[in-house]
Amino acid sequence: MTMRRASSGMLAVVLLCMAVAAYATENVTAESGVPMPLIAMGQGDSCVADTDFMRRNHMNMLKHQRDETTQKGVRGEPYSLKECISCHVVNGPDAIPVTTASPQHFCRSCHDYAAVSIDCFQCHASRPDTELSDGSHGGAFAGAAKQ
Amino acid sequence: MSRKTKNPTATPGFDPVRRKFLSAMAAAAGVTLAPGVMLYGITRSSSAAARVPGSGVTSDVRWGMLIDLNRCDNGCDDCVSACSKENGLQGHGRKATDAQWIRKVDISNPETGASQSLPVMCQHCAEPPCVDVCPTGASFKRADGIVLVDKHICIGCRYCMMACPYKARSFVHEVLEDQKPHAPRGKGTVESCTLCVHRVDAGGQPACVEACSDTGGGAMLFGDLKDPDSEISQRVAKFATQQIRADLGLNPGVRYRNL
Repeated sequence: MTMRRASSGMLAVVLLCMAVAAYATENVTAESGVPMPLIAMGQGDSCVADTDFMRRNHMNMLKHQRDETTQKGVRGEPYSLKECISCHVVNGPDAIPVTTASPQHFCRSCHDYAAVSIDCFQCHASRPDTELSDGSHGGAFAGAAKQ
Repeated sequence: MSRKTKNPTATPGFDPVRRKFLSAMAAAAGVTLAPGVMLYGITRSSSAAARVPGSGVTSDVRWGMLIDLNRCDNGCDDCVSACSKENGLQGHGRKATDAQWIRKVDISNPETGASQSLPVMCQHCAEPPCVDVCPTGASFKRADGIVLVDKHICIGCRYCMMACPYKARSFVHEVLEDQKPHAPRGKGTVESCTLCVHRVDAGGQPACVEACSDTGGGAMLFGDLKDPDSEISQRVAKFATQQIRADLGLNPGVRYRNL
């Protein structure tokens, strides 16, 4: 009798665990406590390629384009970093585009999440040419020196 | 004393004429092997403005500049300030190391007292020594003659700065902020005048030339040295012009008149 009671107790525990696990996998969202990156939407209907493709290959496209532009002078192509920055611009609370100093920046939001550090913005502007309130033009990594 | 020893900077064994001859021979061989290449070359337009979108620059064009020093005032530095504004160059109050893509050089003849002032920037040599010494290939000459630094490859060794007889290049020592989107610059890389390559690729002319004609003396002329109909080619053919340190045989694309 004792053995039967014990085994039915074990069964109940196992079933409970399985149910909890199934519930957890079905409901992995930002609300459930699992951290997800908050990625700002770009402008327009779609990016230059499918989202899945862009997620895996944007670095190769940018690297190819950078050599074409720097060495051969091919400009105005859709895969330029300048185009990415213009389309995926994120405005801050003051309606001025944020730089990579802000965690809301399109590139930074995902790269922070994936823990992949990039050097692009040590040289390149991380926001479009923006006229600031003091009359100067803000381009790049405004927070670089402070970090 | 022979002529060679008088000029210690001339590279022994380097002969631009011989190099040109060898390149011509190589090109001739290419044509014989692949006639299609030649046909493609003929159909290319010589005008950069007519470049097909998505296609690269070609050697049908050689960008150059002619600076008439009779029209360049001693006190005027509009070209220098236009360059700084266009490319987002900001000083840190350290003259020795601050980036400088173009500078005014004042020269005077101690015997006569005559003085002149000339803007000096990267001379965009046909045989650039900075390209010869670069260990990574970052320093390169574009097909249209513009000498640039590919900062993606530059390791900041500064050999090119040593090799340049015009002191045209600068090294970025500080972390930079607020670069221009069209002029990426960053710490640890060498940089110099790009002949405003972003403007040239869009069919425009360099910021210094524009400023000189707008507010300066109109001393600077930009154009295609390979197009016989361009104003610069016609002026270069008509008037005596000089290249700085022409004895080095580097064939700079920047020429001066009345020097």
